[in-house]
Amino acid sequence: ISTSARNLDGYVGFANLPNQVYRKSVKRGFEFTLMVVGESGLGKSTLINSLFLTDLYSKEYPGPSQRIKKTVQVEQSKVLIKEGGVQLTLTIVDTPGFGDAVDNSNCWQPVINYIDSKFEDFLNAESRVNRRLMPDNRVHCCLYFIAPSGHGLKPLDIEFMKRLHEKVNVIPLIAKADTLTPEECHHFKKQIMKEILEHKIKIYEFPDAEEDEDRKLIKKIKERMPLAVVGSNTVIEVNGKKVRGRQYPWGVAEVENGEHCDFTILRNMLIRTHMQDLKDVTNNVHYENYRSKKLAAVTCNGVDATKTKGQLTKSPLAQMEEERREHVSKMKKMENEMEQVFEMKVKEKKQKLKDSEAELERRHEQMKKNLEAHYKELEEKRRQFEEEKMTWEAQQRVLEQLKLDASK
Amino acid sequence: MAVAVGRKASQSEDLRNLNLSGHVGFDSLPDQLVNKSTTQGFCFNILCVGETGVGKSTLMDTLFNTKFEGDPATHNEPGVRLKARSYELQESNVRLKLTIVDTVGFGDQINKDDSYKPIVEYIDAQFEAYLQEELKIKRSLFNYHDTRIHACLYFIAPTGHSLKSLDLVTMKKLDSKVNIIPIIAKADTIAKNELHKFKSKIMSELVSNGVQIYQFPTDEETVAEINATMSVHLPFAVVGSTEEVKIGNKMAKARQYPWGIVQVENENHCDFVKLREMLIRVNMEDLREQTHSRHYELYRRCKLEEMGFKDTDPDSKPFSLQETYEAKRNEFLGELQKKEEEMRQMFVMRVKEKETELKEAEKELHEKFDRLKKTHQDEKKKLEEKKKEIEEEVSAFNKKKALLQSQAQQAGSQPTKKDKDKKNSSFT
Repeated sequence: ISTSARNLDGYVGFANLPNQVYRKSVKRGFEFTLMVVGESGLGKSTLINSLFLTDLYSKEYPGPSQRIKKTVQVEQSKVLIKEGGVQLTLTIVDTPGFGDAVDNSNCWQPVINYIDSKFEDFLNAESRVNRRLMPDNRVHCCLYFIAPSGHGLKPLDIEFMKRLHEKVNVIPLIAKADTLTPEECHHFKKQIMKEILEHKIKIYEFPDAEEDEDRKLIKKIKERMPLAVVGSNTVIEVNGKKVRGRQYPWGVAEVENGEHCDFTILRNMLIRTHMQDLKDVTNNVHYENYRSKKLAAVTCNGVDATKTKGQLTKSPLAQMEEERREHVSKMKKMENEMEQVFEMKVKEKKQKLKDSEAELERRHEQMKKNLEAHYKELEEKRRQFEEEKMTWEAQQRVLEQLKLDASK
Repeated sequence: MAVAVGRKASQSEDLRNLNLSGHVGFDSLPDQLVNKSTTQGFCFNILCVGETGVGKSTLMDTLFNTKFEGDPATHNEPGVRLKARSYELQESNVRLKLTIVDTVGFGDQINKDDSYKPIVEYIDAQFEAYLQEELKIKRSLFNYHDTRIHACLYFIAPTGHSLKSLDLVTMKKLDSKVNIIPIIAKADTIAKNELHKFKSKIMSELVSNGVQIYQFPTDEETVAEINATMSVHLPFAVVGSTEEVKIGNKMAKARQYPWGIVQVENENHCDFVKLREMLIRVNMEDLREQTHSRHYELYRRCKLEEMGFKDTDPDSKPFSLQETYEAKRNEFLGELQKKEEEMRQMFVMRVKEKETELKEAEKELHEKFDRLKKTHQDEKKKLEEKKKEIEEEVSAFNKKKALLQSQAQQAGSQPTKKDKDKKNSSFT
């Protein structure tokens, strides 16, 4: 196959391909699953409502902090929202009860189980013989709410993020950021990032952009991580403008004011620019991780650990094929060995038989010879005797004759 | 390639329809998706099936406004073989990796029974490669270079009458594996009135033979109309040319005859523009999607069923992937063990047989020698009897002799000395 870059003399039309892709994606519609985790009272429901400018959580559908649970639950609600001809099926997964108990050991386990079960569903759907449209219910992003203590991460925060960073895109957020002054916030952020680095936690990373402007933007965002957010369900008038905000005696903390908090950055990043990337990373990295671990466990059962990593580049079926080939050659070798031993034993036995036969032949010959010798002896004796007898009888006849002659 | 994903509104869950009180911004999702794909680049693979000399290369050059390399094929090919060539094209910011697969030697042989086989094998091989990648434990589908055929342009020779049986046979073998777009090649040799009849004949023959050609999609409002309008003109009668002729004050792609100039891009002269519109400008993405979600899925399903995979166990409960693989693996290991056992058993049997054989031989040997021994004993006995016989005769004779001697002694107390001497002398 030859490859070469081509200059085209005239408009062909495949530049329209992106539009075709655009059309089809709009027709298909989009899905996104967002998980929110954090202790109760950190403003999770408010933030979600603010992000999506809708009453996802309301009196009829209370947020996680209102749903008191004895143990950590993982619950989901699906909503359909439309904008500019684009349909989005949004699933919000929340974890009422998380971090609220006195003993919070293993409170991350139900979360891990949930994420894994969605991976499992997808894996099974993907592996069916008859595949239909596969709904993608995998968790694409996990917003982790950090309480605004101002000091650093709590042990629970570290534990949770460490256990989930390889299963889902984790975006840590500083909740209720309006309780921190800018300096406190800055210090808090630095402390958190330091600890994240120390514990080797892999939070969601923005992919490098190609354009310079985008690269600058991304650099700016990275410097402000983790994002400090404020949410609000109420609209207030400030200087003639209607804004979402929290009214205090000393002023209004505006949600969408970049100098007040990082909400806008979060919204832009999460929804307007990187939503697709979050899905792609979930699909190409986290899911593939889960899948290859699952399949390796299935096929490498009972296989000794001395086999190299090269096993993993094959499908389980190809691996079985290889094992079959190995077995065939092993059997052949065994067969050859058995055959050799068999032949050798047969040869031995045959030789023994031959020797025994020879021995018996020899003895038989010996006996025959003996017998013949005796026969000869006897023959000789008889001959002698006959000779003697004949001579004597001849003599007798002569005597008789003489007698007869004398008596005449 | 992104996984084909979609969803049905889940009946079991409460899917609420919510209103937005402002601009959230997820309407940029299609753009996000498109930007991603554009950055990665697209790929498109066309298979051209048609007799040697029917104009495949020229049409490709004309469609993509470039001279692809390659020497024209001869008619001497012993069989059909597929030649694939890839090209990197770019138009504004869109990069396209185009692969053109040519069927060299198609229609040239005397016996064309097997002509379709290399084509089917090639198409299947590309599906197989994708399937293998999909089944790997560590796989990278998102940057897999897709070689599956997205469109098959079937070039019908411009006889003006009907489809050749080779065409029907080949298309029937391909229609469940690839998107077939039949085109009438070198259409400038067919007169206008004949062309209409020819097209009708071809379409009716395709229908009556159950050949499924690619349907331009009419389920999307934006393209439904244009696709429906174009479908009426199938199969497209095309003319290809890379030569340019001056028409009016412009240069246009055309073929110059003494009786006139055939303009490639004039819709009154031929359907080239329609083909380009349908194949490239409107439905390229749909062709790719159909290949992946229909043709490839069919191949995959058949392959997996062949290997014994099922979706449900005998009780109609769905299998999980793990269960399926484990079951397969157990079956497989069981098979291997059985083979080993069989071999061992065979050896045990052989050893037994051989032992019996050798024992028989040993027995025979001993019997033989027992017989000989017996014979020998008999002979010995005979010998003894003979010996006894002789001894009896000898003793009888001696007795007789002694008797006569004593008689002679008694009777002949007056034997003459002469007789005695005579007698005595006879004893010496």
